[in-house]
Amino acid sequence: MSASGGTAVVVAVRGTALRVLAPVILAGLLLVGWQAAVDLGEIPPFLLPSPRAIGGELVAMWPTISGAIVVTGTNAAVGLALGGLLGIGAAVLAGLLRTADRLLAPLVAGLAVVPIVALAPVLYTMFGAASEVARQVVAAVAVLVPVFVNTLRGLRQVRPVHRDLMRVYAATPGQVTRTVTVPAALPFVFTGLRLASSLAVISAIVAEYFGGPRTGIGSFITTAAAGSNYARAWSFVLGGVIVGLVFYGTTLAAEHLVRRRSGPSGRPG
Amino acid sequence: MSAATAAQDHPRGAVAVSVEDVSRVFGGSGGAVTALDQVDLTVAAGEFVSLIGPSGCGKSTLLRLVADLDRPTSGSISVFGRTPEQARLAHDYGIAFQQAGLLPWRTVRANVELPLALHGVGKGGRRERAGHLLDLVGLADFGDHFPDQLSGGMQQRVAIARAIAEEPSLLLMDEPFGALDEMTRERLQVELVRLCAQTRAAVVFVTHSIPEAVFLSDRVVVMSARPGRIQEVVDIGLGRGTEREEGLREDTSYFESVTRVREALHGGSGAGATVRGAELR
Repeated sequence: MSASGGTAVVVAVRGTALRVLAPVILAGLLLVGWQAAVDLGEIPPFLLPSPRAIGGELVAMWPTISGAIVVTGTNAAVGLALGGLLGIGAAVLAGLLRTADRLLAPLVAGLAVVPIVALAPVLYTMFGAASEVARQVVAAVAVLVPVFVNTLRGLRQVRPVHRDLMRVYAATPGQVTRTVTVPAALPFVFTGLRLASSLAVISAIVAEYFGGPRTGIGSFITTAAAGSNYARAWSFVLGGVIVGLVFYGTTLAAEHLVRRRSGPSGRPG
Repeated sequence: MSAATAAQDHPRGAVAVSVEDVSRVFGGSGGAVTALDQVDLTVAAGEFVSLIGPSGCGKSTLLRLVADLDRPTSGSISVFGRTPEQARLAHDYGIAFQQAGLLPWRTVRANVELPLALHGVGKGGRRERAGHLLDLVGLADFGDHFPDQLSGGMQQRVAIARAIAEEPSLLLMDEPFGALDEMTRERLQVELVRLCAQTRAAVVFVTHSIPEAVFLSDRVVVMSARPGRIQEVVDIGLGRGTEREEGLREDTSYFESVTRVREALHGGSGAGATVRGAELR
């Protein structure tokens, strides 16, 4: 390797390191600044607890927090699966039948503007206050809209030249679906699922604010805040952040995988 | 070998495509548009016929009618004695469009195998045939690439390999080299002539390049626009198959034919143009 090549590698490594390190350093500085502001400015804990206090609560409460993460995560996952299946199913129907499209499109548009978490109290009455079902339903309804919209868009991505080609080959409807329609739609479906994953987590947490069993992240945030234990409330918020990150990371990875498998140009847009 | 003798000893009979009195009217909100008006055309088996004319002359429409991608408003079309629909269902023809139209999520090899796979050819047979076809179009090393890793010319070669995958007796091509640069275009033209000589397929080739039509064809069908009509059919007669090579492009007879087609296109009577299979209007 030439000297300049070696330099280039060093520069590249330095570039990557800088790209990863820079935000970490920034976050560290912000935390230090936060801690200093709380300590020196004597900010009361109900206004803003210090990072050290939140960290302490996170460690002390970890068994409870991790349990709550599992509960809320499960609710969001069930909602994502249920809403995802319904959204994809409805989109397939709308893609096949014009009548179904005309029936479903306004319904989904209406669903998109309904503040779904506001339904939570009603659903708790329907499914029982000790049940997690209401939260899962809320998450599912929130997921349905972006998955439906994106899947339907994906199903309409078949290029005219491919449609002609399939006709020329006298392909059966099943063959057309397998060969052209689904591969073209798949990246869009996964984009919809990625967008929906954050919504599922947010809805599952916020639905807990309105009642139901005191098991998930949202319930503990309200309990801690009501008990004036602000550092603890913040530590549960961190738990919620973890759930959100896991969901986003997983669906993002799935989306990347599908795009790679569906060929380099199988990306939406 | 002339087009006529090529047709006579062709296993599929003498006539590949017969178009009789075909019109196609597109009804739109702004009134009906006549894309094709009473067109008659016969393509012999093994013959290479180009359709040339200005935009809107209905040359692509005519090709789509033959391919059963569209239905004529009146008149009849037969492909090897069958209706276009029967011919399509029987996989009688291969087709290539201006866009290569490859499936981006399939490798080059899987794209070439596509028609074979859809029509139930086994995996082994598919592999072998695709390998042979990729060899034929000079892309043997690119079987595992994805289409967008290939240049436009290479993609179009894959599309041609796909079109001839089932050894069709008729090849329909809608400006397949239209989006390519001149150098690539000329190279692919030579390859196409060679492929056609090997497969002995009849070709209906839509183009708006006069040199391309002359270089490739036994006959050039010159069309006029609004309504789409056949204005003149120019016999080229520059020899077939391997007789057509790069050198032909500098031959006097080639230039004469180019002139004849150009004059026909510009509405002149066409000095010495022989007309066959269509009326002069």
